[in-house]
Amino acid sequence: MATVQEHLQSLMGNRVVETSGSSLTRETWNRLRHNRIALVGLGVIVFFVLIAIFAPWLAPHDPRATTWFDQIRPSSVPGPSREHLLGLDESGRDMLSRILYGARASLIIGIVSLGIGASIGAAFGLLAGAFGGWVDSVIMRITDVMLAVPGLLLALSIAAVLGQSQVAVMVAVAVPNIPLFARLLRSSMLAERQKDYVNAATSVGLGRRPLVMSHIVPNSLGPMIVQGTLALATAVIDAAALSFLGLGSADPGVPEWGRMLANAQRYLNVAPHLSIIPGVVIFITVLGFNLFGEALREALDPKLRR
Amino acid sequence: MSKVDNSTEPLLAVTDLKVTFNTRGTTPVRAVDGVSFSVRAGETLGVVGESGSGKSVTSLAILGLLPERGVQVEGSITFDGAELLTSSEREMQAVRGRRVAMVFQDPMSSLNPVLTIGRQLTEVLRRHHVCHKAEAPGRAAALLDRVGIPEARRRLDNYPHQLSGGMRQRVMIAMALACEPAVLIADEPTTALDVTIQAQVLELLRELVAQSNTALILITHDLGVVAGMCDRVHVMYSGRIVESGERHPLFAQPRHHYTRGLLASVPRLDLVGGKLTPISGSPRDVIDWADGCAFAPRCPAVTESCLGTPPALEPLDDTFVRCVNPAPLGQSMWKAD
Repeated sequence: MATVQEHLQSLMGNRVVETSGSSLTRETWNRLRHNRIALVGLGVIVFFVLIAIFAPWLAPHDPRATTWFDQIRPSSVPGPSREHLLGLDESGRDMLSRILYGARASLIIGIVSLGIGASIGAAFGLLAGAFGGWVDSVIMRITDVMLAVPGLLLALSIAAVLGQSQVAVMVAVAVPNIPLFARLLRSSMLAERQKDYVNAATSVGLGRRPLVMSHIVPNSLGPMIVQGTLALATAVIDAAALSFLGLGSADPGVPEWGRMLANAQRYLNVAPHLSIIPGVVIFITVLGFNLFGEALREALDPKLRR
Repeated sequence: MSKVDNSTEPLLAVTDLKVTFNTRGTTPVRAVDGVSFSVRAGETLGVVGESGSGKSVTSLAILGLLPERGVQVEGSITFDGAELLTSSEREMQAVRGRRVAMVFQDPMSSLNPVLTIGRQLTEVLRRHHVCHKAEAPGRAAALLDRVGIPEARRRLDNYPHQLSGGMRQRVMIAMALACEPAVLIADEPTTALDVTIQAQVLELLRELVAQSNTALILITHDLGVVAGMCDRVHVMYSGRIVESGERHPLFAQPRHHYTRGLLASVPRLDLVGGKLTPISGSPRDVIDWADGCAFAPRCPAVTESCLGTPPALEPLDDTFVRCVNPAPLGQSMWKAD
C-alpha cells in the first residue's frame, strides 16, 4: 500500500516539477520548434543577421574598391570568376562583397525604422486604448489621415523633404508604420478589455494603471510581435525601393541592395546577374521574415492553442 | 447557519435597484427592475433565476463593474452605511476586493493567462496594503493552502493554463478572500466545473464563510446548491424578485408558480419513474412588467387578472410572493404519479 502511495506521490511530484516555469513564451517557442516553416524562416533571418554582423570578415574584397575598371564597358561586364565569385558590378566593384555589406544597410534600416515606427505607434495605441473617449477619437482620426496616403508615397515624400541620407530613409520607412501599430495595439487592447480576467482584476480593486500596464498590455502584445516580424519584411523592401529610386545614402559607394538593383538596370541585357543577384537576396530576406512571421502568428493564435 | 443575528444592521443593502441598458437605435432594456435585498455578516443569501433574469447584472452593479456608457443604474446600494452608487471610482477601488469581493463564473477565463498565480495573488495583497512586499509571497501561499491547493509554494510559479478548472476556481476564491472581505459575491461559481468539483468548491465556500463570518451572496440557477447552503433565498424572474423567504418554507411550500416550475424541473432521485416537468416556453416569451406579470405567458395558472396591473411583492404566510394567484398552501409539490 505504502509503495503505491509513494509511487503516486512521486508521479504527482514529477508532474509539478515538469510543468512549473513553462510560460507562454516557452510554450510558443515549443510550438515554433516543431514547425518546419518557422525554422526555415528563422534560419534565413539568422543567416542574414550573421552576414550583416560579420561582413568585414566574410567579404573577400573592399566593397568600395574598383578593379578592372578599364575592362568594363556597356557591352561587357566581367562575370563570375575565381577571384570575384559573383563577378564585378558596373563600376568594377566586387559583387559578393557588396551583397554582404548590403545586408548591413538593409537590416539596420529595416530594424531601426521598424523600431521607431512600432514604438511611436505603440505609444499612440496605448494612449488611445487606455483612455478611450476623445483621446481615442483624436488619435484614430490622425491615423485615418495617415492611412489614407499610400505608404510608399508617404515615404517618398518624406525622403524627398529630408534629402538623401540613410537617416531620411529610416524616418521615411518608419512613418507609414506608425498608424498601423497604433491601430493594432488599440484594437487588441479593446478586445482584451472585454475579457473576463480584466473584469476579475477590476473586481479586486486594481486601478486603471496596473490594469492597463500589467494585465491588458501584456496580453495585447502577441499581434504586435507578429505584425512587427511581418512589417520588418516590408521595411526591408521599402528601404530597397527608396534606394532604388535614388533616395538612399548620398554616398554612392555605400552598398545598398536597392541601389545595386537600380544601377544594374542599364546592364540588364549584357549582365542580367547584376540585377538578379540583389533581387534574389532581397527576395530571400523578405521571404524569411514573412515565413517566420506567419508561423509566429500561428503559434500565438489562441484558436490553435489548446 | 442559524447563528445569524437578525438584530444587527444589514451589511449590504440593495434597495429598489434598477439597471437599464440603452443601446442606440433600440428600445432600452431594463435588466433589473426594482430589486431589493440585504445581507448580514455570516449570512448566506441565494439569488436564483434563469439566464437573463438579471442576477449577474445585479452583482456587477454592486461592485460598480457595469460599463459606464449606455447603462443607467438607479436605486441605492449601501455597504456598511456608505452609498456605493454615488461613490467615486477611487472609492470603489478601495471597496472592491478589500471589503466586497467577487468570484466569477468561469475560472478558465477569469485569470490573466500571462501572469503567474503568485503574481496575481500578491498584486491583490499589495494593492490593498494588506502586508509588506516581502511577506506577500508567503501570504499568497498561505491563501492557496487555505483553499486546499497542495504544494502551494510551488504553485505560485504556475501559470493559469497549468491548472485544472477546479484548481483555477480555488485560485479565484483565494484571490477574492485575500483581503478578508466582509461580503463575498459568488456569481455561479460552479457552473463551469465538473459535478464532482462543484461539490468541493461549494464545500470550500461554506467552510470559509463559516470560519470568517463573511456574508455570502450566492448567485446561481442551481436549486440544489441553494437548498444546501443558503439561509434565505430570492427567486428572480425577468429583472424582479418574484418570491423570497427563508430557505425552508420557500422550498417546502413554494407559492409562486415560477418557483414551483423551477423545482419541478430538477431531477430527483427519490421520485423514480416520475417525469421531469419543464417550464413551458422560454424566457424570451416574457412581457413587460408594466403590462402585468412577466411570467404570465409561461404560467400554468394564468388568469385574466394576471394581465393589466403588475403584481406587487407581498407577504404571504412565511414568504414574500409576487403573484395575484399564488399556489395554495398545503398543496404538495412532491407527489409521485
